[in-house]
Amino acid sequence: MAKNHVTTTINGEPVEFLCETHETMLDVLRNDLGLTGSKEGCGSGDCGACSVMVDGRLACACLMLGAEAEGRSIETIEGMAAGEELHPLQKNFVKEAALQCGICTPGVLVAAKALLERNPDPTETEVRYWLAGNLCRCTGYDKIIRAVMDTAAEMRAN
Amino acid sequence: MRYVAPSTLEEASAFLVDANGNGRVLAGGTDLLVQLRAGMANPDTIVDVKHIDELMTIKEEADGIRIGAAVCGQAMGEHAGLNNTWPGLVEATELIGSTQVQGRASAGGNLCNASPAADSVPAMIAAGAMISVYGPDGHRELAVENFATAPGKTNLKEGELITSIKLPKPAERSGDAYLRMTPRTEMDIAIVGLGVALTLDGEGTVTAARVGLGAVAPTAMLVKEAGDALVGSKLDDEALERAAEACRKACNPINDKRGTIEYRTKIAGVLLKRVAKIAAERAGS
Repeated sequence: MAKNHVTTTINGEPVEFLCETHETMLDVLRNDLGLTGSKEGCGSGDCGACSVMVDGRLACACLMLGAEAEGRSIETIEGMAAGEELHPLQKNFVKEAALQCGICTPGVLVAAKALLERNPDPTETEVRYWLAGNLCRCTGYDKIIRAVMDTAAEMRAN
Repeated sequence: MRYVAPSTLEEASAFLVDANGNGRVLAGGTDLLVQLRAGMANPDTIVDVKHIDELMTIKEEADGIRIGAAVCGQAMGEHAGLNNTWPGLVEATELIGSTQVQGRASAGGNLCNASPAADSVPAMIAAGAMISVYGPDGHRELAVENFATAPGKTNLKEGELITSIKLPKPAERSGDAYLRMTPRTEMDIAIVGLGVALTLDGEGTVTAARVGLGAVAPTAMLVKEAGDALVGSKLDDEALERAAEACRKACNPINDKRGTIEYRTKIAGVLLKRVAKIAAERAGS
């Protein structure tokens, strides 16, 4: 069986790749394209460590086939900083120590950015519900939620 | 395993027919990819239906709203017309999984996965939704309550796929609601899910009511006796208790780590009372 030839856009750049049908978008990102920022936690869409944006919607890259990327626009954690300049969420996660082991962090950041783009002024409850699909076994979530709330306030002020 | 992404219903059906029973439809993939990974599914052909326009649009028609089978839950939640007319169905759909899952999972997929605990299904049953199916014999329609035949089984025939779900235009003073009980507050599977859609007259008497009940039998079901018990009442305690008893009688649940038979059965009655009141509030406002 011939591999699927896929032409897509990742973080604004045109990308072409070949993949087997069973390969997920996460497999392709990590193994074929060297974009290892998206992590595999569960592989079944429960943990959110592989969160990416697909045509403007948050999705688990482990629940998407690589072949489905044809013609789509994918955004990953690697596209979040502008060169050396970290995104305000990234800065505040560092500043407020909203992470410990770091495995969940790329997915949390991608998901939090998606929230703030839809809703620049979320309540704490809204942040907690939006991020309910991003599991973190270290922090107990409080520092993550605080960093997102602080970033939202900061971005509204600027 | 090959991947195909047809742009018409005819092609999609032909691919499924060619696969000879070994084809699977891919919409949001939130069930299918988990099954592939677990080795529970090993199709020869995966038919991605997200390039078929009809399956990806929500359309307001003269007599209701038509939801494309592959429209994701988040897009349903963003649709003003759907929120205004069937808020209970939107709430039920939005209870499915995380934000990540909402960006992909569809009502058509929730139906085809045929889990007894699918959250959107009791709400669709209460709403009186109809499923449009396309296949080698052309188009056909059937009521949501007649679609699943057993856990994981539907009455789709070879080469058939769901194209859309049609919600009727509600009568004046109508409302719907859905609640589920889960052991955890979020990211869990319902041990009971219950939807009610009802219509009131000017005095607040129920003139029509439908009750959909899930997670307490092999398939989600229409509990006609429960709806009938509400009609003619102003949702007084006695009418609510009769409807709750009808729901408890309809239960034929499993015992598992999430809930015992006794608990699921009792909760079915509790939810009926709560959901009917929310639906009536919406109908009256």
